[in-house]
Amino acid sequence: MAAPGSFWRTLTAPLLRENPVTLQILGICSALAVTTSLATALTMAASLTVVLTLAAGLISLIRRHIPDTIRLILQIVIIASLVIVIDQILQAYFFEISRALSVFVGLITTNCLVLGRTETFARHNPPVPSMVDAFGNGLGYSLVLIFIGCVREVFGKGELMGRQVLPLAEQGGWFTPLSLMLLAPSGFFLLGGLVWALRTLMPEQAEAPDFAPPEHREAAE
Amino acid sequence: MTDLWSLFLRASFVENMPLSLFLGLCTFLALSRRTETALGLGVAMTAVMGVTVPLNQLLYVWFLAPGAWGWAGLPELDLSYLSLVAFIGVIAATVQLLEMVLDRFFPAVYAAFGVFLPLLTVQCAILAGSLFMQERRYGLAESAVYGLGSGAGFAVAVVVLSAVRTRLAYADLPDGLRGLGITFILAGLMSLGFASFALMAAQ
Repeated sequence: MAAPGSFWRTLTAPLLRENPVTLQILGICSALAVTTSLATALTMAASLTVVLTLAAGLISLIRRHIPDTIRLILQIVIIASLVIVIDQILQAYFFEISRALSVFVGLITTNCLVLGRTETFARHNPPVPSMVDAFGNGLGYSLVLIFIGCVREVFGKGELMGRQVLPLAEQGGWFTPLSLMLLAPSGFFLLGGLVWALRTLMPEQAEAPDFAPPEHREAAE
Repeated sequence: MTDLWSLFLRASFVENMPLSLFLGLCTFLALSRRTETALGLGVAMTAVMGVTVPLNQLLYVWFLAPGAWGWAGLPELDLSYLSLVAFIGVIAATVQLLEMVLDRFFPAVYAAFGVFLPLLTVQCAILAGSLFMQERRYGLAESAVYGLGSGAGFAVAVVVLSAVRTRLAYADLPDGLRGLGITFILAGLMSLGFASFALMAAQ
């Protein structure tokens, strides 16, 4: 068994340094689609973290019995079953939010983050570290979702969790909502900006330039 | 006929999968470095979506919808909660089948697709096509048109993005923005363009 220090590292590394969304390019679809308000972003983040942690644990438990050829289908079936459970719970207890999330809960099944972590980590490690790793990645994903959700809701509607935080101009305040924040393009711009900021803070994450001088180009390809 | 045509346009432009609904972004961003691969991905997407959405529609109507088992004396059976697993199974099987057919009859096309074909199983846009079909209760013809339209829309978007990125290879960007960052911002600008289709549709 690994030392407690490495547990802590497995848990915290995906938060900023190896963030699944900004560095590994995993799970972007849902990170953008459900972040028009903080409440939906939180629900999505929580659902994904639960599914990811449980799926990693389960797959890691049976990792020695999965034949290589059918492992993708097996993993997807396990994930899909967990997602169905979450979907039913949301529909039963949080009906309004489940309406707002529409098909995106179901799409956790094909969220590359879940399959990516089970495929790269849980398949080769014992259950406990796998679940810790999955939980850490879930938290890293949640951080990004919460950040984007906050920005879009505050600047798009002047609200946070449905409560007014910036006084609106039409009600005698000073704030005019930026309706662009609620549309699709702003999600791209915010995430692009976030990636830029993170990579400026941590230059080792920056990608190598695509461009190579012409004489080396043939060799590189 | 005009209804189907407008559904096709709606699926491909107004509700463009990657740019207005944020679906299939992982492959959209990862495979848009070169125009050839982007084109291959677009064609594969259109083919798979054109097949799986109508197939899943049949599956849903005949086996999963509430009351679908009425002919077997089980009118109260509601299996719609199983649709997620069923849909993903159909998609995985279709992708596998398509791979085998291409390998057998069109080896050149198969070689061109390479690794993208199996990857399509976990493409969110494909599963989303089937889930939207279920949510909006499309008929068989509508499902086929919707699947083809969404696939075509994805193809257009990914080819355009790859063309822009090819041009950008020579641009001198700030270090932190290179690669993923600038791609997001490009996608955002394209998404603004596609948002104007939504305004046109509203008028």
